[in-house]
Amino acid sequence: MKTNPLRSVLTHLLLLTGAFISAMPFLWMVTTSLKPAGVLYQAPLLIPTYFEWSNYVEAWKAAPFPRFFLNSAIMTIGITLGQTLFSAMAGYAFARLRFPGRDVLFFLILGTMMIPFPVTLIPSFLIIADLGWLDTYQALIVPRVVSAFAIFLFRQFFLSIPQELEEAALIDGANRVVIFARIILPLSTPVMAASAIFSFLFAWNDFLWPLIVTNSTEMRPIQVGLAFFQGQYGIFWTLLMAATVLATIPAILAFLVAQQRFIEGITSSGLKG
Amino acid sequence: MTLSRPQVHNEGRAKRPTFMRTFKNLPIALFFLLPTVVILGTFNFYPALYSLYLSFFEWNGVSPKRPFVGLDNYQRLFSSSEFWNSLQVTVIYAAAMTVAALALGMIVAVLLNQDIRGRALYRALYFLPVITPTVAAGVVWKYLFDPSQGVINRFLAGSGITGPSWLTDPSWALVAIVIVGVWKRVGFNMVVYLAALQGVPRIYYEAAQLDGASPWQRFRFVTLPLLAPSTFFLTVTALIDAFQVFDLVYVMTQGGPLKSTDVIGYYLYRYGFRYYELGFASAIAYVMFALIFVVTLIQFRLSRGGAQGEN
Repeated sequence: MKTNPLRSVLTHLLLLTGAFISAMPFLWMVTTSLKPAGVLYQAPLLIPTYFEWSNYVEAWKAAPFPRFFLNSAIMTIGITLGQTLFSAMAGYAFARLRFPGRDVLFFLILGTMMIPFPVTLIPSFLIIADLGWLDTYQALIVPRVVSAFAIFLFRQFFLSIPQELEEAALIDGANRVVIFARIILPLSTPVMAASAIFSFLFAWNDFLWPLIVTNSTEMRPIQVGLAFFQGQYGIFWTLLMAATVLATIPAILAFLVAQQRFIEGITSSGLKG
Repeated sequence: MTLSRPQVHNEGRAKRPTFMRTFKNLPIALFFLLPTVVILGTFNFYPALYSLYLSFFEWNGVSPKRPFVGLDNYQRLFSSSEFWNSLQVTVIYAAAMTVAALALGMIVAVLLNQDIRGRALYRALYFLPVITPTVAAGVVWKYLFDPSQGVINRFLAGSGITGPSWLTDPSWALVAIVIVGVWKRVGFNMVVYLAALQGVPRIYYEAAQLDGASPWQRFRFVTLPLLAPSTFFLTVTALIDAFQVFDLVYVMTQGGPLKSTDVIGYYLYRYGFRYYELGFASAIAYVMFALIFVVTLIQFRLSRGGAQGEN
């Protein structure tokens, strides 16, 4: 098909309009975060012309943001490591081992993706309270170290690895755990990266569960901290936007680093489903 | 993000080993599956059942007294105008957000599925809102919707339109939340549609063109049917997510003004974690569960009907 120049211009016009709407909130957020409070309402609204970096310092000091970041970092690392390792293990069992009830169990695990989170919310909260875990890192991490979606990703990947690799090792007398650790995991870096980026973004962006299981300011992850900060500093637009930029940057960086893997993960799960 | 529910492959079916042999694998399988089974059991399966159980009791979470009340919580729910309002708000949000994000996602994907400059950049820009933390997005949009100084109303004023008060106007607050929901969803739909479009053989379009099909006809009779499986997947996942919307409402409106954005997720949160009516909140949760289940079931039915029609 020949490309008609008029059509090409029209396409770009439409795409640019959409891209502008997509990007506009980010432009405004960054521009506002860098303005002196006195010129807040003055144009330009979407292009930074002032660079009041002290807003970031002030926001950083106005609430325990270093602590919020630390909490989010601990929670995110814990969840990401847990989901990657445990999902790889489970995915391996489903891909390679024949055992009674395997298919039923796999189906049940995928079925958990159909349970809306709010349905499990209250009992999960009660369990955490009974364990005495309210307001702890365990509460933020442990209930979420398993991901049915990641198990599915790993299983699909393992099914694509030829069995012969393992059969040789099995004949030599290696056991499954050794094979998993020495042969399978080293081959799995692409799927580990895909799974890890999903886990990272899930954990960094998560809100409802941390909102419910943390009571003290010191235990809040960044998103919860930001929501409360908005309540207190809502009238200080510049500070609030500086804080919002800080809460957003890790998610954007993670996405930029692993964009390709992330999109492959979505499309493969969406299409083969 | 909720993703697919893929089918179980039964690659072990062809030459089924003896029961004894499979039994031998049980200890090692247990080792690999132990963390998964313990965590999902404790924080998914058990809670899903326990919240059904709780919905038959009246309980504040700490009191030693926990009277069994039968179906009272459900009765109270169904006779409460608050619940029906919440249901209506949720259904409007889910339907509007899903349909708009599907249409826009498809348009963007079709536009991007051409040989054009800057494709990767466009794709990244459209996808950015998807990975942005919902809380952060809600905070920013809350200010974009500011009636007097927000970017949106200032832009509208520039075009000679007086914008509404958005988040403080009961008839506009939900519209604002839908706009943010769509903004955050389009990129995801676009990526899935784009992948599906790239799998469509060029020859289909060439054949249609030879038959004299107009660009619209090619879209309507080639692209659209071929995208049907993706549309199905995206509709189901969007509806499931939309029925649970919470973060945006919490940050932007707290359910107001006048309960005009009191979506079911927020309604449940209020009763569970502000008023500590755990039994009643569990009944809300189960109605939500049933609703999502029914919607998904209808979708499956419709898609099966559609697939038969095309074959």
